[in-house]
Parts: sequence; structure tokens; C-alpha cells
Amino acid sequence: MSLITRNLCRALVQGSQHVSKGLHTSAVNSEKNVCFAPLSISSLQTSKEGRIKCTLIPGDGVGPELVYSVQEVFKATSIPVDFESFFFSEVNPTLSAPLEDVVSSIARNKICIKGILATPDFSHTGELQTLNMKLRNALDLYANVVHVKSLPNVKCRHTDVDCIIIREQTEGEYSALEHESVPGVVECLKIITAAKSERIAKFAFDYAVKMRRKKVTAVHKANIMKLGDGLFLRSCEEMAKLYPRIQFEKMIVDNCTMQMVSNPNQFDVMVTPNLYGNIVDNLASGLVGGAGVVAGASYSADCAVFEQGARHIFSGAVGKNIANPTAMLLCSANLLSHVNLHSYADMIKNAINKVLKDGKVRTKDLGGQSTTKDFTNAIIHCLA
Amino acid sequence: MSKNYINVLLKPFRENKVVSSLLKLFESGSNNASGGVVGVKNEIPAGRAGSAQYSTGVRKVTLIPGHGIGPEITVAVQKIFEAAKVPIEWDEVDVTAVRGPDGKFGIPQRAIDSVNANKIGLKGPLMTPVGKGYRSLNLALRKEFDLYANVRPCKSLDGIKTLYDNVDVVTIRENTEGEYSGIEHEIVDGVVQSIKLITEEASKRVAEFAFTFARDNKRKKVTAVHKANIMRMSDGLFLRCCRELATQFPDIKFEERYLDTVCLNMVQDPSKFDVLVMPNLYGDIMSDMCSGLVGGLGLTPSGNIGKNGALFESVHGTAPAIAGQDKANPTALLLSGVMMLRYMKLEDIADRIETACFTVLKEGRVLTEDLGGKSSCTEYTNEIIKHLY
Repeated sequence: MSLITRNLCRALVQGSQHVSKGLHTSAVNSEKNVCFAPLSISSLQTSKEGRIKCTLIPGDGVGPELVYSVQEVFKATSIPVDFESFFFSEVNPTLSAPLEDVVSSIARNKICIKGILATPDFSHTGELQTLNMKLRNALDLYANVVHVKSLPNVKCRHTDVDCIIIREQTEGEYSALEHESVPGVVECLKIITAAKSERIAKFAFDYAVKMRRKKVTAVHKANIMKLGDGLFLRSCEEMAKLYPRIQFEKMIVDNCTMQMVSNPNQFDVMVTPNLYGNIVDNLASGLVGGAGVVAGASYSADCAVFEQGARHIFSGAVGKNIANPTAMLLCSANLLSHVNLHSYADMIKNAINKVLKDGKVRTKDLGGQSTTKDFTNAIIHCLA
Repeated sequence: MSKNYINVLLKPFRENKVVSSLLKLFESGSNNASGGVVGVKNEIPAGRAGSAQYSTGVRKVTLIPGHGIGPEITVAVQKIFEAAKVPIEWDEVDVTAVRGPDGKFGIPQRAIDSVNANKIGLKGPLMTPVGKGYRSLNLALRKEFDLYANVRPCKSLDGIKTLYDNVDVVTIRENTEGEYSGIEHEIVDGVVQSIKLITEEASKRVAEFAFTFARDNKRKKVTAVHKANIMRMSDGLFLRCCRELATQFPDIKFEERYLDTVCLNMVQDPSKFDVLVMPNLYGDIMSDMCSGLVGGLGLTPSGNIGKNGALFESVHGTAPAIAGQDKANPTALLLSGVMMLRYMKLEDIADRIETACFTVLKEGRVLTEDLGGKSSCTEYTNEIIKHLY
């Protein structure tokens, strides 16, 4: 029964998206003379009146509901962004758009907003790679950035948490190279390469410089994985020498999690290999209010995919209208600043802050009783 | 010396219920040893191996004081145990690395013999010298005695202020394989491949231990922590083993959670979890994180259970900066000792010592510096002894 309702919901959401997509495309066509044909970030900066195309992947679980909330807000503010929507899912392979289409759309649009994709323990084709991994590898989305920051009036045990976690997400434990040598003995390969380690280290330091941060912490387990994590750590150390103004420190991952729960304020920018990043992301998100309030983004050399920082599909809340759209709205705000629509981005961010500060409209995860829709409406009401 | 010690110790114990309960245990020991557990193997599960060996009521326990603050906190624990009249005799050994016949540094043979004979040990922090040719002594001990499961109970203590006050979880970590298999190589320049090894045997063994532990300690739920959505074969195998064992323990609730979900939920609401069982790396991370929730490694005990014995240890560092100044906090080692007593089925004494320790922490008058007090290790120790009823 619930499955039927879920699919129905999805179909409805999709349907509405198709309609809006149709409308938007026509709008783009009429403006084609003003706008530029292939959108690129650099040209975006010059033609502000042009509409921007953005790939949209609703995702699984509560993803479609959250994305709908973003679309509502965009509509209410008439933000010049058109969505190119793809239903993309590993757990629903028959409905899913082909990977190539999604990849080419993102590669063309350079920006994407994405709900969370569910990753089942077994894929229906017996593949080891998840759809998420395929998408990341196809687009080479190597850097995942999650900015974990305490939000106003969100009651948590910790206050004033403000750290940026940068995670390498194209190699490491997520290589999907596994085999059963003999029955009952499985080997799983973790791949660490110098090139990718250097690339993420450089990204982290550049990001730290750009965001005017003071310190970069490399998280590792080089005392045990001397070669693999050792290589990662060495790459970070080498890179640190090129950025003398940024303080560099290293921390073993288990100690890091312990420090994170007892004194999270000591962290600034953190750079991690794949799996540790996943752990630290979630841990830090838990400190500031959970998966519903932390935004994240994945970057390749020229694309940016905006998605929630802690990746949970929250399947228990599907269709119940209780999920917190804050994270997704923050993602959309980040997306807008990424394409230089700063005024719109600030507008959304201020509205979120105001609604949270007032504290009258809260979703269940923050101790309130309001619905996703209530919250979205409150945000729209506060947009100024 | 040892015979005298036994006699002196046993005298007041003759009338005591501890001895009678011990004798009872010994009598039923053989039944106890094989019954109760539906194992994958027919060997005696480690948890029961200890109790079967009581003959005099006094048992020998290998004591490894360790380095840095190790000797001080060991003395503290010895004092408290003596005051509580614990029927064990310490067999103190030094595990400072010596060069073996193969030219490599390793644990001295005497230490190995001692643990092999006694099957049970208590260990302070060890320092592994930095440099080539040294294997981590902790790792060597783990390998030598095949200590496959690491158990760390993390419970909020009254009087220790942290941001979390309802923590009561036990992390059980597979200790011998996984990411720590130590198999790594550089295929070409700049490309390293580390192998995570998961075997059915080790996974079942630790899963069985977890469920047995849960049953013995009256726990309700075991959560398998995994990442089988990413590592579908290796963590998938681990998960399958847990599921299989879960069917043999219908009285214990079983659930599966992704590692990231556990991290997220643990810092939001630790009371959701009870016993956690997981592969090596995840266990390493989660156990330290849970210690963080209750006040750090200085307060959390740890035990390593193996086929050939059990080694209980404090997992904090050697703190060379305060070594020899009588400032160290012996709580972790003491609580590890309490865990050891429970493992040896000396529940009554274990409870007495634990209560005394918790009372002192709760009263908060005599605390060591790391807990914000001003007292020395000796004062703290004496205070605990005073509270032994």
C-alpha cells in the first residue's frame, strides 16, 4: 500500500515537474536571443537577465518533497532558473532516466540540484558500483564539501560549530573492487592514488584560502594503513608547504571523531579520504541538528552538484509531509550564489534564518509539529 | 609466597559467599562450558573458558604494567584489589620489546608464556617505539593470543559532566581482520591498494560473541553496523553472518544500520543503541567516539576476548608528560579490572569495586586533575578503598 502511495506521489511530483519544465523551456526559447545557447559559468556572470538552466534530480525517499519545496520557493521569488528534471534512481530502475542523459545534462548545465539517491545493499544487476558512484565517476565529482554550521535557534548540545569538511569521493573504499577469493573470504580493495590525493589536498587548501579559513586538518589512519593513508597524508603535507599562511595539522580518524563529539569548535577545514569523510560528515551533521539542516555540494573541475550534506533518504517520512526542507533550501541558496545570483541567495538564506529564529514553524526533527509545506510557506512569507 | 598468599586470602573467604558461589561455579563448570551457546564451532567459547579453571579459588592473572603512567595506575589497581580481597594473584611481566632470534623486536617469551598459562591478563598502556623494525606491541599481543573481539562498554558516569547523559552502549569490534589486515602494496608509483579482508569465520565468531555477550549481560538489542550499500560483498558477508547468528538468538533483538546513520543518530540520541557489533575499522572509530560521549578514554574500560584467553586493558595513552608524578587517573584500568572480574565470574567483588569507584566519582571531592580535581592518584585510590563496603 505504502509503495503504491509513494509511486503515486512520485508520479504526481514528476508530472508537475514536467509541466513546469515545459513552461520553462518555452520561456527559454522566447528569450534565446538574449540568452546564450550553451550556458557556462563565465557567461552567466555577464548576462544576468538570462535564465539559467539547472539539472534537477529529485532523488529517493523524501527527495521529491524537498525538491518541490525548493521549486515553490523559486517560483514565489521568480528566480530566473529553469529546472531540467530527471527522475534518477537505483531502487526504481524501471522509472529511472538513463545515466548518460543525466550526465550529459549536468555536463551541459554545469549545475545540478539533487536529492539523495538510495543505495540498496544488493543491486538488481549484481553490480558492485552504486548509481551514486557511477554519477560521481562519470562527472568526476571529486570533491564533496559540507559546511557544518550551527543554525540559529536550533537546539543542540553543541553551539557555534562551524567547520568545513572536504571529502575525496572518487576513490578509496568506494572503489567497488571486491572479490570472493574462496567461499567465505572476501577481499575489498581500497585504492589511494597520489594524483587524486594531491588534487583533493589542493582543493582543500584553495577552498580554505577562498573562505578565509585558518586551519586545515587532514584526517587519516596512516598508523594502520601505512601505505594507503600514508600516501594521502604525505600529499596533504606536501601541499601544506605551498600554503604557509594556512595552519596544517593531522589527526587520526578515531581521535578525530572523539574530539568532534567533545570539542567540535577546534575544527576549521578538514580534508579526508572517502570513507572517513562520510563518517565525519554525518557525525558533524548530527551535532548541529541532523540531516535535515546541513547542505553540501560536490564539485568537479567544471560542474557543481548541490545535495544534502548528510545523505539519508529518510524513507520513513515519505509522503508524510514532515521532512525538513532546510538543507535543500540551503543547497539551492548555495547554488544561486554559485551562479552569481547573490541577491536571491541571500534572500533565501535570510528567510531561513528568520523562520528558524522565530521558531514558530518547526518541523518534527527540530521539535516542532509543522509540516514541510508549512515550513516552505513560512519561508516564502519571509522572502523579502 | 604464592601458597601463603592463597591461604591468607582464603581464610576469611571460607565463610564468605564468594567462595561458595565460586565452588558452585566450579562444580557446574563443565556443564556450563559446553551448554548454552549454539556455536559455529564446537570449541569452548572464550566467555566460559575462564570459569572452568577454578581449583583453589585463587587465580593467577598476568599483569602488564606498561609504560609511562602505566606502573602508577597498575599499583593503584593492585591496591584496590587487595583491599577488596580479590582472590587473584598477580603475575607481573614486562613486555618491553626485546630483540628476538629473528632480529626483530617483539614481546619477550616470558610474557607470552605467562598469558598462555594464565589465560587472562590486565594491561596498562604500552608505548610502541617509533622507528623501523618495531611492530606495535598492542598488535603483537592481539595477534599472539588471537584476541578477536574488542569490547568497550561506554556508560555515562554520575559526576562526570559531558554533553550526553544517557549513554549506555557497548561496542564490539572485530579485532583481527578487515581494514587492519595489513595487506597493502604500491602497484605502480603513486597508486596504493590496501586490502580489506572479511572472512566468514571471523565474522561469525565476533557476531556470536556479540549475541552471547548481549544475553549474558541482559542486553536487549544488537545492532550490526555496516556499509554494505557501498562494500556490497565484504560488508555484505559480515552482515549475512550477523543475520545468521541473529536467528539463533531469538531473545535478542537484532537490527542493521549503516555506519553513517549510526554516527548521525549516536550524537543526536545515544539511547537508541545498545550493543553494537562491527568490523575492525568501524569499531575502532565508533568505540573512540562513544568514549568521547562519556568523558574520554581515561574513563572507559576495554577488554579483548580471544580463543586462548582474554586481555583487559586501558586504551588511553602512556601520558609521558605526567608519568611518575602521581597525577594519573587509574579509572580506566580499574574499570577494565572490574570487567575482568566479571569475565572471571567474580560478580560480587566486581560490583563492590565498581560501586566504590562510581561513588567517588559522583561525590567529586577527590578527583584527579584530568577530571578537574586536585588530588593525586594515591589519594584517589585511597578514597576508593575507603568506599569499599
